[in-house]
Amino acid sequence: MEFSRRETLALGLGAAALTMLPMRVMAAADDAIAAFTGGADMSDAGVTLDAPEIAENGNTVPVSVSAPGAVSILVLAAGNPTPGVAQFNFGEASGEQSASTRIRLAGTQDVIAIAKMADGSFAKASSTVKVTIGGCGG
Amino acid sequence: MADNVKPRVKAPKKAAAGEIIVLKTLISHAMESGQRKDSDGNKIPRSIINRFTCDINGKNAVDVTLEAAISTNPYFEFSAKIEEASELKFTWYDDDGSVYEDSKSVAIG
Repeated sequence: MEFSRRETLALGLGAAALTMLPMRVMAAADDAIAAFTGGADMSDAGVTLDAPEIAENGNTVPVSVSAPGAVSILVLAAGNPTPGVAQFNFGEASGEQSASTRIRLAGTQDVIAIAKMADGSFAKASSTVKVTIGGCGG
Repeated sequence: MADNVKPRVKAPKKAAAGEIIVLKTLISHAMESGQRKDSDGNKIPRSIINRFTCDINGKNAVDVTLEAAISTNPYFEFSAKIEEASELKFTWYDDDGSVYEDSKSVAIG
């Protein structure tokens, strides 16, 4: 099979578009982070994210977040079709600012937790979870 | 209202004043993400619980915004500080407008 000049060009463009695809998903997660922090700097300390290293089933992945002194914690899954997972807002009757839940992950990816502290600063933690079976159907 | 939605809450019956207690909640709900397709290839519309709150004597303890990435039968574990004999109120808000409620009381002792 021989490629004409035009076909070769189209193939190249297709390959370029494919590599751009994950970038777009990451951009959606970045947008969600920017909407939450308003572009403020994030420190690495102050929030802990517990997630398994390997999840056999992406349909229920147990994660827990904890950030002493936080007013809210945003959890994102950067590789999901929609990156948002949950946002925990802690009120005056909350004890420790921690929560656990079970989430869906479409595939191997980074789970990100961002905490907003009472003084208005932000902290970020992320953890890579390997997923054997994705949890988004399809 | 979605079918067979049943909230369950696990809370201690008693706590010391000022103690931080752990609360566990589970509600049966399909949490249809809006990403899945049926056998004909049509997208199944999104139907999830989008908000969960817990109030203790009218004071908010936690207010969670849920997205489609929360698993079927949403489970939450969190903590709350008990100062006095308290009435705990748990509320789930469904996409279709339904509200599911449960309550527990915690005594001091």
